[in-house]
Amino acid sequence: MAVTQSSVTQTFDPESNTSSVAISGRFDFSLHQQFREAYEDERAGKPSRYVIDLKNTTYMDSSALGMLLLLRDHAGGDNADIALMNISPDVRKILAISNFDKLFKIS
Amino acid sequence: MQPANEEALTVLIADDNMTDRMLLSSIVRRQGHAVITASNGQEAVEVFRQQRPQLVLLDAMMPVMDGFEAARAIKQLAGEALVPVIFLTSLTEEQALVRCLDAGGDDFLAKPYNQVILAAKIKAMDRLRRLQATVLEQRDLITRHHDYLLNEQRVAKAVFDQIAHSGCLDAPNVRYLQSPYALFNGDLLLAAYTPSGDMHVLLGDFTGHGLPAAVGAMPLAEVFYGMTAKGYGLNEILREMNAKLKRILPVDMFCCATMLRLSFQRCTVEVWNGGMPDGYLHRQDGSARVALVSRHLPLGVLPATRFEDQTEVWPLAPGDRVLLLSDGVIETSNAQEQSFGVERLERVFDTHKDPESLFEGILQALHDFRGESRDDVSMVQLALIDAERQPPASLIYSDSGQSSPLDWSAMFEFRADTLRRFNPLPYILQLLQEIHGLRPQSGELYSVFAELYSNALEHGVLGLDSALKCDATGFAQYYALRNDRLAALEEGYIRIHLQICPHGVGGVLRIVVEDSGKGFDPKQVLAKPPSVHGLSGRGVNLVRQLSHSAGWSEDGRSAHVEFTWESQA
Repeated sequence: MAVTQSSVTQTFDPESNTSSVAISGRFDFSLHQQFREAYEDERAGKPSRYVIDLKNTTYMDSSALGMLLLLRDHAGGDNADIALMNISPDVRKILAISNFDKLFKIS
Repeated sequence: MQPANEEALTVLIADDNMTDRMLLSSIVRRQGHAVITASNGQEAVEVFRQQRPQLVLLDAMMPVMDGFEAARAIKQLAGEALVPVIFLTSLTEEQALVRCLDAGGDDFLAKPYNQVILAAKIKAMDRLRRLQATVLEQRDLITRHHDYLLNEQRVAKAVFDQIAHSGCLDAPNVRYLQSPYALFNGDLLLAAYTPSGDMHVLLGDFTGHGLPAAVGAMPLAEVFYGMTAKGYGLNEILREMNAKLKRILPVDMFCCATMLRLSFQRCTVEVWNGGMPDGYLHRQDGSARVALVSRHLPLGVLPATRFEDQTEVWPLAPGDRVLLLSDGVIETSNAQEQSFGVERLERVFDTHKDPESLFEGILQALHDFRGESRDDVSMVQLALIDAERQPPASLIYSDSGQSSPLDWSAMFEFRADTLRRFNPLPYILQLLQEIHGLRPQSGELYSVFAELYSNALEHGVLGLDSALKCDATGFAQYYALRNDRLAALEEGYIRIHLQICPHGVGGVLRIVVEDSGKGFDPKQVLAKPPSVHGLSGRGVNLVRQLSHSAGWSEDGRSAHVEFTWESQA
């Protein structure tokens, strides 16, 4: 069993009004609270755009997909502007099967 | 009873020396504890049995029964609760002290007694005693909760099984593998016959585990069975399931699902896959297998207005196999944390060219890979069976039949806007179910109606040429074209005329289905020998076989069939 700790890092860029959330390690239910706190943190300003950086994400399960849906809901549902970036082939497969490219910008 | 947070304890002091006993008793009493005494080991055990003190001070050397034996007996009587035993001893050599602890003693106190040390030891032992009591209490609480949870799961599963197993998973053309507790992994497998004898199958996977994953299964199964029994098609059922899940589930919950319609009469399989791993269509004739790919978002994600219900249709030959699997199959991992993966699965496909042996082949490969089976692995394999051997759909009626309407007629006209989104057949068939004499033929009636309606829609209103369906490529093209033209439909109509007349002790139902299309030359089509076993032209023969009389108007724009019955059912 891999014991590397997963983590969520959030940064806000006031220039572009963008909140960036980076996930490292396994993106699964154990990050639920942290992920939520990251995108709900609006002390630096209310973002109009979200970027989820999956560069160091090794795995993603269906509860991670659920978390992305929560973020989408928080960010305005159909009007949400959310991009997923730096996607590894494994994570890309998961996103492709669930057709999440219909809801999120995937680059 | 002492309040739990106070330190006053009942302490048993056992010592054969009366002076020592009294001295120690008065020290302990002065420290605020209640004292009971015994003058030898046997007495100590007896007093313990009767009065259950919380702490025991035990002289090692006593007549009748020594302290070591008494300590063992007391520890046994105490059971899981911690009753600290402190040995009182003037022994100093190591071996004797070790014996004290071996006998179950928790500590020892050297004579002569030091009051401060004694008070500290009693306090420390009391802390341990309380800790043990808390641990036991919490363990029992967890055990109770666990039993409670298991019982809840048992009840939930029993209720769910009543719904889930009302289907036809035991049909001869179905093979499946599912853990009895799959429900609590969010896995769901449903199968049911439609009124026309087709089979609907759904393999679903809810997000999460445990009860949260299971709650959505109940409404999903109800929609599946309810609407399948009423004759709805995949599109309507999927739309309804999606809308229902979207309404009731929290935002982050959804259900990945593949839904199939196996049509034994038309020899086709219709597929919708939202979020499940690829399903597979394995050909008996060795031609390339078809992947049934996820083209949609899972159920319960999109609002009803944006839901995509487009399906794909593939021709199916006897001997072909359709295989659906949950992600548990692909994600099964071995001791080295490797996943089974799609590549390994495809290698199994390549080594089991005969679809007959495929199911076992996969099970074997999973077993070899992991050594044991996981409980979140779900698989189902489906085959065509001869339409003639198909059991007729049996519906359950609860009304008496006294108010059966026997002399009436009606005409419906469904125009473009309606045809695009709405399937009128379930409503019309439900209306006809009111006629008891027709009920024994409801399967045939449904099949004929479905055939006439889809002919009127596809060949009439949408102007599709069934000659396209001469091979597998054309077949796919045909259904893609059908989706496109239907979505863009601006004008056209289908009229359905129904006439019911009493006749002798029974009656006659006359159906005319008329469309706005170009029509066809019925003489030419009907002249073809009915035994042609191609992919097209099935419908006309089917209609002729199942109804009592069938015919087409000269311009081919309207079809008429009759169903008769002899007496009230």
